[in-house]
Amino acid sequence: MASSAAAIPRQAARQPNKSVYMVLGCTVFAATAQVLMKFGATHPMPAVSPAETATWLPFLNALLHNFPLLLGYTAHSCNAMLLILALREGELSMLYPIIALTYVWVNLLSMYFFGEHLNPWKAVGIALVIGGVALMGRASARS
Amino acid sequence: MSRTPLSSIALVLLASLIGSFGAVFLKMGAAHLNRGFRYIVNWQLALGIALFVGSSVPFLMGLRHGELSVLYPMVSLSYVCALFWSKLFFNESITKAKVGALMLILAGIVCIGIGGQ
Repeated sequence: MASSAAAIPRQAARQPNKSVYMVLGCTVFAATAQVLMKFGATHPMPAVSPAETATWLPFLNALLHNFPLLLGYTAHSCNAMLLILALREGELSMLYPIIALTYVWVNLLSMYFFGEHLNPWKAVGIALVIGGVALMGRASARS
Repeated sequence: MSRTPLSSIALVLLASLIGSFGAVFLKMGAAHLNRGFRYIVNWQLALGIALFVGSSVPFLMGLRHGELSVLYPMVSLSYVCALFWSKLFFNESITKAKVGALMLILAGIVCIGIGGQ
């Protein structure tokens, strides 16, 4: 690309920017969080009404024992932390769309955990997203 | 499209716009970390996280009515917004490679949306 000559010079290493790999890590955390939260949502919880204080404690107790949900929030926090670290360097316009890879992991994990089926549309979609992310990685190596 | 009300589309588009600004402020806030890890508490990061969390409100409101396969790919328009904000706020270049990669990703998400029906 002609415009890359004007970009800030980086180390000559011809491999994707370190930030790209960090965002890839983010997508794994994000997808894990989504699956865990889906499990957490089906976890039995007692009814709570904000007006009745007596219902607060059992609800809080159940919340603290809803481990899939808690792990889901933990994974979300890890995702946010890693994303912040990744964004220190690298271009937002390259790193942000890589988050779309989350859709790929969620689809694959849903097949395994929730018995969802792969259909031609999903398969093509997954291939296109992976192709796009790979292209973005290559672009980051050149910039 | 007929089963997806315009209000749902507007809400989901609003959510993606808010989300794209969330990414911008996260990037601005993350730059502070280059001066040292104790700069992690700054208003740009706080606003970025708030915008990300806040964007889920119109998103979920939009999802209550309408088809997921129509609404779901619209979230990815935040990537397109982010491309323009990156140019505007961080002076990042819009290259053919970036646009090409983004188009592939968008096409992929549309396909996954259709397949998820």
